Amino acid sequence: MASMLMINADKCTGCHNCELACSMGHEGVFRPSATRVHVYTWEREGFSVPMMCQHCRDAPCITVCTPHALTRDPVTGWVNLDNGKCIGCKMCVQACPFGNAVWDEETVKILKCDNCGGDPACAKVCPTHALEWVDDVTATRARKRAFSEKFKHAFSE
Amino acid sequence: MDGWIGKVLRVNLSTDKVSTEALDPGLAKDYIGARGLGTKIMTDEVDPKVDPLSPENKLIFMPGPLTGTFAPSAGRYTVVTKGALTGAIASANSGGTWGPALKFAGYDAVIIEGAAPKPVYLWIKNAKVEIRDASHLWGKDVPETSDAIRAETDDDAKIACIGPAGENRVLFACIMNDLHRAAGRSGVGAVMGSKNLKAIAVVGTGAVTCADPKAFESAVVKARDKIHKHPVGGTGLRLYGTDVLTNILNQIGGYPTKNYQDGHFPTADKLGGETLAATLLQRPKGCFSCIISCGRVTKVTNPKYAGEGEGPEYETSWGFGGDCCIDDLDAVTKANYLCNEYGMDAISMAVTVACAMELYEMGLITKEDTGGIALEWGNAEAMVEVTRLTGIGEGFGKKLALGSYRLAESCGHPELSMTVKKQEIPAYDARAVQGIGLNFATANCGAAHVRGYTIAPEVLGNPVKVDKDTIEGKPALVILFQNLTAALDATGACLFTTFGIGADELAEMLGAVTGVGYTSEDFMKCGDRIWNLERQWNLNAGLTANDDTLPPRLLKEPIKTGASKGRLSRLPEMLPEYYELRGWDKNGVPTASKLGELGLTA
Repeated sequence: MASMLMINADKCTGCHNCELACSMGHEGVFRPSATRVHVYTWEREGFSVPMMCQHCRDAPCITVCTPHALTRDPVTGWVNLDNGKCIGCKMCVQACPFGNAVWDEETVKILKCDNCGGDPACAKVCPTHALEWVDDVTATRARKRAFSEKFKHAFSE
Repeated sequence: MDGWIGKVLRVNLSTDKVSTEALDPGLAKDYIGARGLGTKIMTDEVDPKVDPLSPENKLIFMPGPLTGTFAPSAGRYTVVTKGALTGAIASANSGGTWGPALKFAGYDAVIIEGAAPKPVYLWIKNAKVEIRDASHLWGKDVPETSDAIRAETDDDAKIACIGPAGENRVLFACIMNDLHRAAGRSGVGAVMGSKNLKAIAVVGTGAVTCADPKAFESAVVKARDKIHKHPVGGTGLRLYGTDVLTNILNQIGGYPTKNYQDGHFPTADKLGGETLAATLLQRPKGCFSCIISCGRVTKVTNPKYAGEGEGPEYETSWGFGGDCCIDDLDAVTKANYLCNEYGMDAISMAVTVACAMELYEMGLITKEDTGGIALEWGNAEAMVEVTRLTGIGEGFGKKLALGSYRLAESCGHPELSMTVKKQEIPAYDARAVQGIGLNFATANCGAAHVRGYTIAPEVLGNPVKVDKDTIEGKPALVILFQNLTAALDATGACLFTTFGIGADELAEMLGAVTGVGYTSEDFMKCGDRIWNLERQWNLNAGLTANDDTLPPRLLKEPIKTGASKGRLSRLPEMLPEYYELRGWDKNGVPTASKLGELGLTA
């Protein structure tokens, strides 16, 4: 059984607490530009979405990482980043289909979610459960059930 | 410094000079930030007798030391200036993401001096600060301005700006940020307009540091937990927004109706937060670091009033609603959108419309004045139209732009303006709730509910229930709430956190983030100091004890219907005790010993 960070964008209020907890946890300061999770807000629509590394099973970032700084963890299945091996070529930034590998000019390194080693700070501070650290099979099933409910409503009207 | 950045940005628009200076740690400790430190800078640098719309007035944008941290709901900044509407000290605060962005860019404050010869905006990207031409933005509303500036600066830029109302010096124009958040009251937007400053756009990639992360996190977890468990802070505000108050205030007979002629509106439920949640609400929204999410993302599909945006808040829903005898939530929400788009304080706008409706009924304003608009009680279309005219500065809107006091005075009936210090009174009838009336009368920025929100104990029972009708103990209660709020505002926290936490929790968080030891007593003393500093400014500006009063209607005309029928405000009985407990003389002037106790000078 593995866990994953589930993004429930419909519950996100755009408060950025996840970014603050992330930067404090990893960098020891409050600095939203140095976080592994980023919240994007569409002002006119009043809609926000938190984004972070999805730890893809077939990860393009690992494929393009020449110095093997990005590797698959054999136990957790996560994509791990070894900053010591990283040469700062930013190929992972180019390859990530979601833009979830981010180059930070101030700390001079790639920032990428590491699930806080299994207890993600972002999910803990999220006041609305827009981010949840959950069992991946159950959670993906739950998502399917939630969507199927929309069919139920559509057909029962 | 921790919590504070330690640097202030100063921009003189007359000379184009941009400079930075260090923040004085001693002053930071005593005045905390935002409303407190901003007022200290203002009083040190600006003559209180200055014309608010002259280049000699200054405009200070200032977050607090908690702003930019994950202290719950603490992402606010305050605009301090001399109010265009009031002539008193103005300190209007706003949430959203602009205040934190300023700190991440590396500044505790931006002080705007002078006035630009032509429209400009300020573009701040960390250490890079540019005064840019804004001729092409002049006349644009808030969403148009925000989009245009982002297109020519940075996708992630946070924008605080004025709309056409601020440009046209509507006396209750506000400064908007994040499209829907307002530094709303006292006419701070008109001051920005007088400086030809259209906007301040900010992007910051820096950090806010914390003196003791472990202690801070532990204090934050405790504070969050208390707010989460509170029925208002944890549940009510998220489900129904501030508009949850409509039915509560109406039931106790404290819902001002028909320009305060009454305290009960029979169909108020149609305007309440429960109705809003069931009809127009799309989703709740939070400001930076907020765990409450009282913001309402709404949509009106009714073609007559179609639009999208945020709100209404309780005060807006009441003002354009019950106070104008209107129960059409679509129309009220539309008027709210217009206020946000044009950049106007919705409370002052709405109460000014209500006042105009009464003057129209009396025949003191005619169709000739309004350009053919039948400004009758309950006429929702007329209410929306005059709001629009005020925003664009046309026709009868030019008269409404002066606010209700000057409007009623021009008709020979200033007593029909529901204002204190020329600022419109918000949505709580001082005849039905005694303490809040005393707060309205004494608030340094003019009538405001957010200076000493005694509605919490007097109506909502938070943190303890106090009899709303008695005057016993009310002066002390009002002073306690006013001082707490002044200190809280100075930290950058949202007033709604007091639905769960108080001075103990705020002092603990503030101490951990700054490394400056604050006891709860120190914290409350900071609030007292800020309050007295504001008071001194007002006295030096020419205000007197005569300005600490309520409109005669609230003192002499009893509420006609509802649960508070027959009641009056007993302000005159409370005021002498208030002065005495404040350490002020009979004329409301702080005594030398009081000033000495707070480290202030006469």
